[in-house]
Amino acid sequence: MKLIIICIIQLILVPALSPFFVGIVRKVKARLQNRRGASVFQPYSDIWKLLHKDEVISEDASWIFRYTPYILFSITIIVGASIPLFVTTFTNYFTSDFLVVVYLLALGTFFLALAGLDVGNAFGGFGSSREMTVSALTEAGLVFSILVLALTAHTTNLFSIASHIESLTLHSHAQYVSICLAFIGFIIALLAETGRFPFDNPSTHLELTMIHEAMILEYSGKRLALIEWASANKLLIFISLGSNLFLPWGIANSIDSADIIFSLVLFLLKVTCFCVAIAALESSIAKVRYFRIPDLLLTSFILSVIAIILVI
Amino acid sequence: MIDILVKISFFFMLSSFIIGAVGSLVFMRNNWLANLCGNLFAFAGSAFGIITSAVILITGSVISCSLPTSFTLFTLSLHIDSLSAFFLFIISLISLLCSIYGIGYITHFFNKYNIGTLGFFYNIFIAGMVLVVTANNGLFFLIVWEIMSLASYFLVIYEHKDKENIKAGTLYFVMTHIGTAFIIFAFLLLYKTTGSFDFTIIKDNISGISPFMKNSIFVLTIIGFGTKAGIIPLHTWLPGAHPAAPSHVSALMSGVMIKTGIYMFIRIFLDILPDAPLWWGYTILIIGSISSLLGILYALIEHDIKRLLAYSSIENIGIILLGLGSALVFFSLNMKSFAIMGLIAALYHTLNHSIFKALLFMGAGSVISGTHTRNIEEYGGLIKTMPQTAFLFLIGSMAVSALPPFNGFFSEWLTFQSLFHGIKSFSFFTQLIFIIAAGSLIFTGGLAAACFVKAFGITFLARPRSEAAKHAKESSFTLRIGMASLAVLTLFFGLFAGPVSSMLSRISKSLCVFQDSESAISTQFHAVKLQDDFAIVSMPGILISLVLFITGIVIIIYLLTRNQKIRKGITWDCGTSLTPRMEITDTGFSRSLITIFGGLLKPSRQSDIEYHDANQRYFQKLNIATLGTRHDIYNTYLYKPLQGLVTIIADYVKTIQSGNINGYILYIFIAMMSLLLLFVI
Repeated sequence: MKLIIICIIQLILVPALSPFFVGIVRKVKARLQNRRGASVFQPYSDIWKLLHKDEVISEDASWIFRYTPYILFSITIIVGASIPLFVTTFTNYFTSDFLVVVYLLALGTFFLALAGLDVGNAFGGFGSSREMTVSALTEAGLVFSILVLALTAHTTNLFSIASHIESLTLHSHAQYVSICLAFIGFIIALLAETGRFPFDNPSTHLELTMIHEAMILEYSGKRLALIEWASANKLLIFISLGSNLFLPWGIANSIDSADIIFSLVLFLLKVTCFCVAIAALESSIAKVRYFRIPDLLLTSFILSVIAIILVI
Repeated sequence: MIDILVKISFFFMLSSFIIGAVGSLVFMRNNWLANLCGNLFAFAGSAFGIITSAVILITGSVISCSLPTSFTLFTLSLHIDSLSAFFLFIISLISLLCSIYGIGYITHFFNKYNIGTLGFFYNIFIAGMVLVVTANNGLFFLIVWEIMSLASYFLVIYEHKDKENIKAGTLYFVMTHIGTAFIIFAFLLLYKTTGSFDFTIIKDNISGISPFMKNSIFVLTIIGFGTKAGIIPLHTWLPGAHPAAPSHVSALMSGVMIKTGIYMFIRIFLDILPDAPLWWGYTILIIGSISSLLGILYALIEHDIKRLLAYSSIENIGIILLGLGSALVFFSLNMKSFAIMGLIAALYHTLNHSIFKALLFMGAGSVISGTHTRNIEEYGGLIKTMPQTAFLFLIGSMAVSALPPFNGFFSEWLTFQSLFHGIKSFSFFTQLIFIIAAGSLIFTGGLAAACFVKAFGITFLARPRSEAAKHAKESSFTLRIGMASLAVLTLFFGLFAGPVSSMLSRISKSLCVFQDSESAISTQFHAVKLQDDFAIVSMPGILISLVLFITGIVIIIYLLTRNQKIRKGITWDCGTSLTPRMEITDTGFSRSLITIFGGLLKPSRQSDIEYHDANQRYFQKLNIATLGTRHDIYNTYLYKPLQGLVTIIADYVKTIQSGNINGYILYIFIAMMSLLLLFVI
């Protein structure tokens, strides 16, 4: 019984909480800009409102445009259920290999980019082109930074990595330094994958700079709601990966109720800290020029390579 | 019993190809008869090929037979072990479906080109490939290798009214014979060491071979068979030749023919030559990294859909070599269970690439027969006029981009895992090589996705960019049958990754070097698991969860929002009228990646561009613009210097050309005397 409840929590935790954390990021950013900002629950209301609106779909759109939101949203739920959130005991063997997670997310990006091209407006295509460019270059840093942990933990299963890193006593300074370097590499990849500063501006609709927003320009109504929700999920997925793989202390290793409640609270705290940090980062740096993005992404890759060399 | 059965089936296969070849020549006055004869007999032959290989693969038996000839060194000997049978299976499977596709595809050549000769060379080509992977005698091998190469050359120049095709064919002809020269040299070295051309005898007698000889054979083999496999920088013929052939032949060339090079790599490095030293594996890993990364970058630039696919084949050969290279390194380090894993990854990707590349070439062929152009910039919106082709091409694109749940994902996953195990190994230098290999594989994966978003998106999505694309029609029934079967196979080989990998592990263990070692992969009923619980993946699990969640969410959202209306409107047009010119172009899509990788790709620059609407522009002239076309770096740094060297040597040699007949007789005399002396000594 307890196991079933835990499974259900694991399944719905990401979609249930992701709008809240987007709200937190927005709230903190607003405070840092001396605004009061909307309530942290505003993203829920946005999604609810969009779900109940009529839709306009371009007559040029094909089934790819129509089904991409569903595919994208489903993928974020599958990935959300297959990463460590608050327990490590049940190793979800189906999809929790980290390469599977990376490639499932790539599948979502693939369809989103196609949907951007599908309606044939002047912005969608450029959004897709930029998105594929950024994601092609980000993947290396992402995979290699997690690979550092996988090599430390001798497994590529995300749950096992989390539980192994949690019980890890760091033997040497090299190991410590390497995990820190990998963490920096991962953070850069996180910002790029979730379309935050300095790669993309999630709150702009300015043609010259937008990447993610350009692809979804033609969406409205329930499909827009799903896409917004999916990108909120993606943000929470990456933050959870960051907090549970690199700083897994406190994650529950058994299904003891007290442990789990403690671990859940700690998880929420960690994610909130991440959100505040991201908001602070976004408020303090400017978006970089598009052709500077590769430099940053290669930095993430090279930091991870150095980390791997240190750890092996 | 099985022995006889397999021999009979093999005989039937060869006779079908021969009847098909001769028959289509006989009926060449009648287009339809020639078409049916050529393709149906190829179909029958391939079906017998599948039976032959399936029986051998399932029973694990080894079949050999030989016919002695009047030359002692040359016997018509065949030897089919599991490895040969596996490649025989790939060849037969793809040619089976290509033949179905061909029946419909060829019709647009009617009354333009001779259908009889196409059927003739098509059958001879398949027969040549089949014999290449089963021949067991060096000289016999060279003959069938040449038959395969020449038949494919004639298929490349089949549309001979296009001058470009003749040019591509000539380059192919030259390159393939340079390759063959190296292969002959390698076989002669083997003969010198063991005194035989028979592969079995060579294998038995080779143990005392000197390291220098072994390494020379390695280098010669890499160059010789690498030319056929299309490794960079020996690939120059490939992007020209593959697109020039009719599409179903392109599918065979790209999907299958280049794999004969891989077959001989495995045969020679892991089966015939003993004790591969460590640097062989390193070399192959580096070649694989370069080929995969540069291959996909060149594919990204390409505007010609078939050239794009050809470059992507180079990329996939690179990925196969990453698997094979890691197998060789592990083999030298005596980590045999991981070597088997690397070999399984290589073999699995060989199979997968054949399937999805054939599918993509067939899809491209359908698009070309609908629009009569190969230029991606002139497509657009084809998903509305050719919905089924579009769907099948999308499956191929996802498989080639290694996206789950299709087969490309699993073999790439396995390649990744072998490379990760290499990173875990002990010597620093090995780790470094493996890090480079894994890094290039990751970049390749991401760039492949970008490349195929471009290929699919620009071709099939948005609005038509030309009149031809607007009036395209869905391709005929046999074309779609061929493609649909391949699409089902991509899903099948993705879904049944477990059983297929245990089959491949049996094939690897049938090589005598791996005879008594265990594979690092174990398969449970739905999942594939690596040694020490390092990794586990369940392909059916991924597929089921995707299907379940997507349908679930579609239903939930439908129930939640069924009262909301959906209105059709025009795409937001910024207040102007919508034209195809508003859409992103192929060049535009890949422009940013080209700029980022400009150092490698060396895109050409055009200065002083004048616009046709110059008087309306504020800047009438632009001084410099970067174009997508490129100067190939290997042309500048490898082939040009080589050509210069040859010219210089030729200049020197020229001096002995006196033009005097007596002089030439003297040369012949000297040559004969020195040969005689050499023989006596």
